Amino acid sequence: MKIAISTSGEDLSAPVDTRFGRAPRFLIYHMETGTFSLKENKQNLNAAQGAGIQSAACVCEEQVDAVITGNCGPKAFAVLDAAGIKVYTCGSTAISEAIDQLRQGQLHPADEANVEGHWV
Amino acid sequence: MKELVIISGKGGTGKTSITASFAALADHPVLVDCDVDAADLHLVLQPEIQTSETFVSGHVAEIRTGDCTQCGLCMAVCRFDAITDFRVDAMACEGCGACVEFCPEKAIDFPEQECGIWHRSKTRHGSMVHARMHPGAENSGKLVSLLRTEAGKLAERENAGLILVDGSPGIGCPVIASITGADAVLVVTEPTLSGEHDLKRVLQLVSHFRIPAMVCVNKWDINKEMTSQIEALAESMNAVPVGRVPYDAAVTAAQVNARALVESSDGAAARAVRGIWGAIQKQLFAEECCHVAS
Amino acid sequence: MKIAVASGKGGTGKTTLSCAMAFAAQEKVTLLDCDVEEPNSHFFIRPEIEHQEQVFRPVPAVDETKCTGCGECARVCQFNAIVTVNGKTLVFNELCHSCGACVRICPTGALHEVDQPIGQIETGRRDHVRFVSGRLDVGQAMSPPLIRRTLEQADAESLTIVDCPPGTSCPYVTAVKACDAALLVTEPTPFGLHDLKLAVETIRDLGVPFGVAVNRMTEEKNPIQAYCEAEGIPLLIQIPEDRRAAEAYSRGEPINTVMPELNERLAQIPEQLKAMI
Repeated sequence: MKIAISTSGEDLSAPVDTRFGRAPRFLIYHMETGTFSLKENKQNLNAAQGAGIQSAACVCEEQVDAVITGNCGPKAFAVLDAAGIKVYTCGSTAISEAIDQLRQGQLHPADEANVEGHWV
Repeated sequence: MKELVIISGKGGTGKTSITASFAALADHPVLVDCDVDAADLHLVLQPEIQTSETFVSGHVAEIRTGDCTQCGLCMAVCRFDAITDFRVDAMACEGCGACVEFCPEKAIDFPEQECGIWHRSKTRHGSMVHARMHPGAENSGKLVSLLRTEAGKLAERENAGLILVDGSPGIGCPVIASITGADAVLVVTEPTLSGEHDLKRVLQLVSHFRIPAMVCVNKWDINKEMTSQIEALAESMNAVPVGRVPYDAAVTAAQVNARALVESSDGAAARAVRGIWGAIQKQLFAEECCHVAS
Repeated sequence: MKIAVASGKGGTGKTTLSCAMAFAAQEKVTLLDCDVEEPNSHFFIRPEIEHQEQVFRPVPAVDETKCTGCGECARVCQFNAIVTVNGKTLVFNELCHSCGACVRICPTGALHEVDQPIGQIETGRRDHVRFVSGRLDVGQAMSPPLIRRTLEQADAESLTIVDCPPGTSCPYVTAVKACDAALLVTEPTPFGLHDLKLAVETIRDLGVPFGVAVNRMTEEKNPIQAYCEAEGIPLLIQIPEDRRAAEAYSRGEPINTVMPELNERLAQIPEQLKAMI
């Protein structure tokens, strides 16, 4: 199982970035092997609008099964949902801790967007 | 950290004057002027600019005359009547890129557009993020989002408890960008038929985005009956009336002297604004105002 | 002739001036309320509404049986309004600018345009005033398409007064650009002067001739007058500060009823602007 986590950091000790659409990058974590890679989200930071949509598309390219982030807007959620990617939300905790929480079943998949957004 | 956005629906109701007073009353807030079309908060707060950056957003089409064969396809695809005589009117160009995509000679450039300039500044009441759009520039909603994001970063760095946002009038794109994801909205209105009408529309918008709303009536004594009617309307739309400000020449006098009303007057209007600030703090830091993710 | 009544700052009296000029006109006149986010002139004109029509704009819709998920539409869209994931194409209407590029590029003809409602246009009449007002639906972000449709209702034969949106960005530009001349309304405060300067800068870029109106004039020294003199801008009318005017406004009464002495001056403004074209 592959997971994308929004972050401004570069390793597992960095905190989860609570912004999905305007997160600087995604840490792509492989549950089975415990390894990870980084996927830059740079082009989206300067998009005039629809950053959430583009971030979602960017994550879809990595063919992940789930996303961990803080806040996911309705448009990004619609894209992830269409691609069959589950969205888990958490606070601004360390990535490693968020992964542990997911392993232990403490994070629940969101069934709708948790922030209303237009440009976010 | 809380983010309060002050908006008005109708323009000219005293939104910026009231925001400036809140800036003086709050404990070191981070201030943001999101009325990027008619940014006036700096006239009162006299910010000392620390950093300035250009705001680049979107693109504009430019035909390279030398490569253009005048086939006319660009004019046929442009939905915005932005091309006449094989020249692009930058003001009319929407930046959609249709002409760029379909030009058979690839004779149309599509450079990024500089839309304005934004600043991080210091004021006597706290840090401030503000901007100036170039005349006629587009993407003011995007600029508003950028200013709020930068204010959030500043507030985090400074450990500020409050971000005060001077929003824009209307119900369109800059306002939507001003309020999405905020903790609460204060609508400053006036007791007129237009004020009531515009309040109703802007409260519909605020509730569409599920943001708790408060309302105050400026110049309330111009039409006392209308003031009561407006407060009843506000309550019926789940907005909390937090006070009334009387008509007072001290408001304009403060503006002329580049002071916030509460800094330069102890008159009736200044006392009313202090009272409103007290009521807002109670609302803002009460539980029921916190259901929007922060 | 089309006259734009505009201002950088909101609440300076655009609607007051537009309606007052319409009532003071000696002949047939059309008033277009293009402040579609917050249209207010109907309170003062109180027209008998004769016609109401829904305004739409085109947005793309996907025929899933024809879509191959190639993603060309998403690539061409500058507004991030379309995305293709796992062979599925999703459209986000709120972000669409109705440019039509996606429909044109689609290689399989899987996209076509459908009408999305964005607001209404009301048409009516009172005495010699023909009244047209655009009204944007709440939650719609983009007002220019509706402003353009409202402007199409101008009368080519007689005088048209356009109550414009505030600010200096796209809605303001859309409305002012379509007019032959403009009246910029301001108030004698630092905010008023600052925003007037921005409006002047923008309108000079647009090349539309203009004059200035000052609302809520007091006896004190007026910074607007000095600015206009220095810039060579004609100051066409000054309306005195008067609590009766504010009260009349609050009840939706035009300023002509409390200050009938202004009518003559108001009726001259279109002529003065015409001479500047």
